[in-house]
Amino acid sequence: MTFSQVFYEALESLNSNKLRSGLTILGIVIGVAAVIAMLAVGQGAQNTITGSISGIGTNVLFVFSGNQQEEIRNPRPLTIQDSQAIQDPFAAPAVVAVAPILQSSLEVAGGGEKTTTEVTGVTPSYADVRNYKVTEGEFITEEQILGRASVALIGPETADKLFGRREGLVGEAIRIAGQPFRIIGVLESKGGGSFGSQDDVILVPFTTAQARLIRRNNPNRVDLIFVQAASAEEVRTANDQVAQILRARHRTEIGKDDFTIFSQQDFIQTASTITGVLTVFLGGIAAISLLVGGIGIMNIMLVSVAERTREIGLRKALGARRRDILIQFLTESSLLSLIGGLIGILFGWLIALAVGQVATATGNSFTPSVGLSAILLATIFSTAVGLFFGIYPANRAAALEPVEALRYE
Amino acid sequence: MADHVIVADSLRKIYQMGDVEVQALRGLSCTIDRGEVVAIVGPSGSGKSTLMNILGCLDHPTSGNYILDGELVSELRDDQLANIRNRKVGFVFQSFNLLSRSSALTNVELPLRYSGNREGRKDRAREALTSVGLGDRMTHRPTELSGGQQQRVAIARAIVNNPAIIMADEPTGNLDSRVGQEIIDLLLKLNQERGTTLIIVTHDPKVAAQAQRTIHIKDGIVDLEGE
Repeated sequence: MTFSQVFYEALESLNSNKLRSGLTILGIVIGVAAVIAMLAVGQGAQNTITGSISGIGTNVLFVFSGNQQEEIRNPRPLTIQDSQAIQDPFAAPAVVAVAPILQSSLEVAGGGEKTTTEVTGVTPSYADVRNYKVTEGEFITEEQILGRASVALIGPETADKLFGRREGLVGEAIRIAGQPFRIIGVLESKGGGSFGSQDDVILVPFTTAQARLIRRNNPNRVDLIFVQAASAEEVRTANDQVAQILRARHRTEIGKDDFTIFSQQDFIQTASTITGVLTVFLGGIAAISLLVGGIGIMNIMLVSVAERTREIGLRKALGARRRDILIQFLTESSLLSLIGGLIGILFGWLIALAVGQVATATGNSFTPSVGLSAILLATIFSTAVGLFFGIYPANRAAALEPVEALRYE
Repeated sequence: MADHVIVADSLRKIYQMGDVEVQALRGLSCTIDRGEVVAIVGPSGSGKSTLMNILGCLDHPTSGNYILDGELVSELRDDQLANIRNRKVGFVFQSFNLLSRSSALTNVELPLRYSGNREGRKDRAREALTSVGLGDRMTHRPTELSGGQQQRVAIARAIVNNPAIIMADEPTGNLDSRVGQEIIDLLLKLNQERGTTLIIVTHDPKVAAQAQRTIHIKDGIVDLEGE
């Protein structure tokens, strides 16, 4: 028999039992839709997280005190001098900008409202390194650093909380930890991040923070140093140069660094690993429902074989070989799963879309993405399920003795 | 020497029923000439169904040789046997055994689908249906046809591949005597026109009387042969 005939006969046979075929297909639809939707949600989560990490800035290294991998006793804190040393263009030619920060969660009052937000003491280079832009006003200048000026930049979300608007705020007064500050600019929105909002922030001059807001035991201490490499290719080189400088300055033993340098790539990789596990987990749960759908196919094919025993006997009497019967029943079961798979992809995609809508409506920008690989995977997997669960019934049909099958009532 | 289309030599068939061995055929031998019309008769349990199954290549004998149309088929594997059935044997069953979902034409076409030659398949099926007098019922489904018409479709299906023999197992069993006679007439006519050997397994002495020769089976062997 030719393929088109086999295909047509299988369609005809499925069509003669519409309700039964429909319900079997439904099982596969649910399974495939679940797989597609879950993979889309996982992929979407991954995209959102890596996207927000990229939003931190480009080619950026994070330098902080301490070492996660090894137990180091009394790690020396990073200081403003460390930061200045890294800035040396001869010692670290791959570094273009360095931005040390001090950071603390403080109470901020203004416009008759109060809130607690992340207050960061920064230098002018912070704007470049972190990709911050202002929608009005200006960024912190060198003079303000030198003068320990009581000025602040306000993030759009903080502005919403305090003033209920994002414009016309330059010149407004706020109090940070009880001390008066004047707003000199409003930051441009960066969108929601996964490490707390990057829009709910207050930036003040580094020296002001050091002297008046964020007191540390060591007055020269900094919490974190952002280092920007000249290009993506030089991130690694910059990493090595910074490590070299800090080792020399901290006089650490070999292999016992008391600081950690993390690149944006490292963050993305860590996040990807986490979301990857999440995706596999969700997909695995969904795959169980696909398995159940497959068992449904097997069940219905067994019923079908039993019902059509006489037909199988007749076909064999007319010259059908074992292989012909096998192919006939396998085609029917794969067709069930293939149709289910195609409808399931559509449904899964709609579910993913709905999840995205709900997420957006609740204020999280999150777009589930249905990848081509997910579609291919689901199609191949569902057809494989149909084939796998069809093999046993089809084999049973093919193995029937013609004499027995013809006599069957 | 006569042209034998069937040579069966000491066929034995033993069924294992639990602990009991049942000998359905006990060394049966017979020959049938090409173009002959033979009736196989015998009481129930005589082994005539078993003989028909073996002669129709649906089953293997436990021992003995069976040569159909010059081929030793008792030694063949299942798939080769399927091929022999497809090319050399046309079956007509008591209960017609048509596919109820498919049209008369598709039913008749079915053996051609399994024989793999694609050329003129539809034409040959149409020709077969016309020769059994159903040229105007090609697209009807079995449920839309009378019993006699359904059996005609089955006969068309049996002859479509130009087989060497037609095996008719109680072809009139489900039909009233008038329609039954029409079916026998049709089978005899096809035997005359095409020279296809016709083997009818029957209980009905009136049907058996119309054959050129009757083979009586009793207790798994040929009881007596008579013209």
